[in-house]
Amino acid sequence: MWAFGVYLALACVAAAAARLRPGAVLRRLAFELPFVVFALLLPLTGGGRETVAGLSVEGLWAGWNVLAKATLGALAVVVVSSTTPVAGVLRGLEALRMPRAFTSVAGFMARYAGVIGDEARRMRIAQQSRGYAPRWLWQARAAGSAAAALFVRSFERGERIYVAMLSRGYAGSLPAAALHRAGRADWVLALSLPLAAGAVAAASWT
Amino acid sequence: MDLSAVDARGLSFAYPDGVLALDGVDLAIGAGERVALLGPNGAGKTTLALHLNGILEPSHGTVHVAGLPVTKQTLKEVRRRVGIVFQDPDDQLFMTTVRDDVAFGPANLGYRGEELDRRVEAALDAVGMTAAADRPPHHLSFGQRRRVSLATVLAMDPDVLVLDEPTSNLDPAARRELAEVLDGLRVAILLITHDLPFALRVCDRSVVMDGGRVVASGATHDLLADEETLARHRLELPYGFIPAPRTPNSDPRSRSGRSPG
Repeated sequence: MWAFGVYLALACVAAAAARLRPGAVLRRLAFELPFVVFALLLPLTGGGRETVAGLSVEGLWAGWNVLAKATLGALAVVVVSSTTPVAGVLRGLEALRMPRAFTSVAGFMARYAGVIGDEARRMRIAQQSRGYAPRWLWQARAAGSAAAALFVRSFERGERIYVAMLSRGYAGSLPAAALHRAGRADWVLALSLPLAAGAVAAASWT
Repeated sequence: MDLSAVDARGLSFAYPDGVLALDGVDLAIGAGERVALLGPNGAGKTTLALHLNGILEPSHGTVHVAGLPVTKQTLKEVRRRVGIVFQDPDDQLFMTTVRDDVAFGPANLGYRGEELDRRVEAALDAVGMTAAADRPPHHLSFGQRRRVSLATVLAMDPDVLVLDEPTSNLDPAARRELAEVLDGLRVAILLITHDLPFALRVCDRSVVMDGGRVVASGATHDLLADEETLARHRLELPYGFIPAPRTPNSDPRSRSGRSPG
């Protein structure tokens, strides 16, 4: 119980140290909302014989647990993602010996998610401009063919990117990113938060 | 003997579906020369470009780059010497930051550490994009991405730049800025374009391709004045555009002062 409070305090200290504005953090936390809805449903559907005001006690505890853990996790993710650019996260993972194949794939995803998203948006606007406004399931066919077209386009883009890579001397492995070597002070600072959280977890274990 | 930067002889190439894209093409570009490659869609311009750095292998004919035959063994050196800037910057810029992307080519050539940094800085400086070094490419405007694409190739210190439709989708100011950036470079250029005024602005010589063959070649100014040849190969000057008669002072490159060095 008390451990959640300490975790929350740790995350808030980290956010404050990073000079994140509380409003911005709260807005970015909104991606957690679906889990919140799920957590609110648990007291209504949870089993167990004990009830309080018609709500299942077991469900209340389960809902509280989901809510607290999801919020803390989301808060930590928001702090990391608002202070570290994608390239920095990938570099860090590489420094921690994550295989290059994974970081490369993640890098390409980060680079092209927006490009492909834009393509999808343009296709949808083009469909709407020609009066496509699906209301019923059997009208979804165009959406299916749009998805197929998007897949083919992305595949072709992949080939063009590969040719562009070959043209600049690519020979099968991406060059290692220039790493900023972490010094002792960096490690101490970076590990202080996880170690503190670990200590709390150990102390609250019953 | 003065070696051509690029010398293609009798190139023929058919795509796997049987389409004959190149049908006996000869093309030579001297060191530091600027040549525009003009022609309608489907003439084989881009296919030719992909032969110059060995992405495609000709079914007949040969390509030499600075006297070096393009073969499997010479690919690395050939790709250092011939830099292709592709049409869509989103194909060219695939790393997560501008700096990493510009470093990709030289890193593949084996450069590390300070020398790598120096090349990246110099290339970004040449296109005026130093301030964007640590930004992700998708946060840049289209014109900026174009210029960074150019930097990714410049960082490899090429002898020949191949530019595929570099002015497509650029607004007029970005197009002018691109011409000014090209003015400052001391490399041979093969400019593939439909933008005839831009070809005139950048290149002294032009080559026209149609149906996989070279069908005309000459001074850009003379070619653009030859309405008959233009019309025969679906080339058109923009409405109202008349190339100014050539005088010693009409060359924008001498006006803007191509820096020697």
